[in-house]
Amino acid sequence: MARVVVNVPASAKRGEVIEIRTLAGHAMETGFRRTQTGELIPRDIITQLVCTYNGVEVFRAELHPAMAANPLLTFTTVATESGTLELNWTGDNGYAATQSAPITVV
Amino acid sequence: MSRETRAMQDDEATGPALFSLLDGEALWSRKDGQAGVACASCHASMKGVAVRYPKVESGRAVNLEQQINVCRTGRQKAPPWAYESRELLALTAYVARQSRGMPIAIEWNEATAPFLEAGRAAFNRRQGQLNLSCAQCHDDNWGKRLAGSVIPQAHPTGYPIYRLEWEAVGSLERRLRNCMVGIRAETPAYGAPELVELELFLMWRARGMRLETPAVRP
Repeated sequence: MARVVVNVPASAKRGEVIEIRTLAGHAMETGFRRTQTGELIPRDIITQLVCTYNGVEVFRAELHPAMAANPLLTFTTVATESGTLELNWTGDNGYAATQSAPITVV
Repeated sequence: MSRETRAMQDDEATGPALFSLLDGEALWSRKDGQAGVACASCHASMKGVAVRYPKVESGRAVNLEQQINVCRTGRQKAPPWAYESRELLALTAYVARQSRGMPIAIEWNEATAPFLEAGRAAFNRRQGQLNLSCAQCHDDNWGKRLAGSVIPQAHPTGYPIYRLEWEAVGSLERRLRNCMVGIRAETPAYGAPELVELELFLMWRARGMRLETPAVRP
């Protein structure tokens, strides 16, 4: 189940640095663990997060097997104009989640 | 608790236990069972409930998870949830969250005394191949280190917790069983009376401390 929350300040001054916090609910199975009978548990992780601000990419992260479950990513960008921030998560086994948050720049 | 862990716990908007709380909120108002009623059909607010659990009722100690299952089977006519299942933990966390910040209020009175005495005896009893009691670490040696981790005073102020080692939400019983494995003792089954009595004693021992559910612990 693709579950994501995004936390963005509702409004900001033009030119202000804003913090974007996003949490994804995901098991982040590394692919290195084995079951009690010795079979390898296949890898199942989120591999990428892309954040676009009014269609312009402002942040991209590649995730690897060493990440903990339920990854929280915090990053910043400069508030330029009112619009929406769209976050796209993609991962193994067709995992895809999109969440957008509006921002008002005054 | 380190500063970083504290920051995670205080983060309301993106804390790691958030999804569990959201699940709990959904389950709270979902109609279930043959009776077709939701928790919200009977209960309004659960503020102040979690600080009084485990509770002694009709001759046995009952913790919050068990009480939820009592309600499920009795009122909703639904099958009980398994211990440590996603649903049971989520609903417990959602109910307990409403008492966050309130002081733990377990009373030592006529009704609770026999169970508290049993819990205290379990806390002080040496057990397992390492022949340790809970008290030897958590009363006598708290603040020192065990394999790099600080030994806490064993106050269960934030259960169900999100434990970073588990990468998941878990109950106090799971944590107690972890400790028992650590001292190579026999682990009682989930919901066993001796575990609930120990929970009751620990909550009494932490009386007056503020509930932090859902807490984040290493």
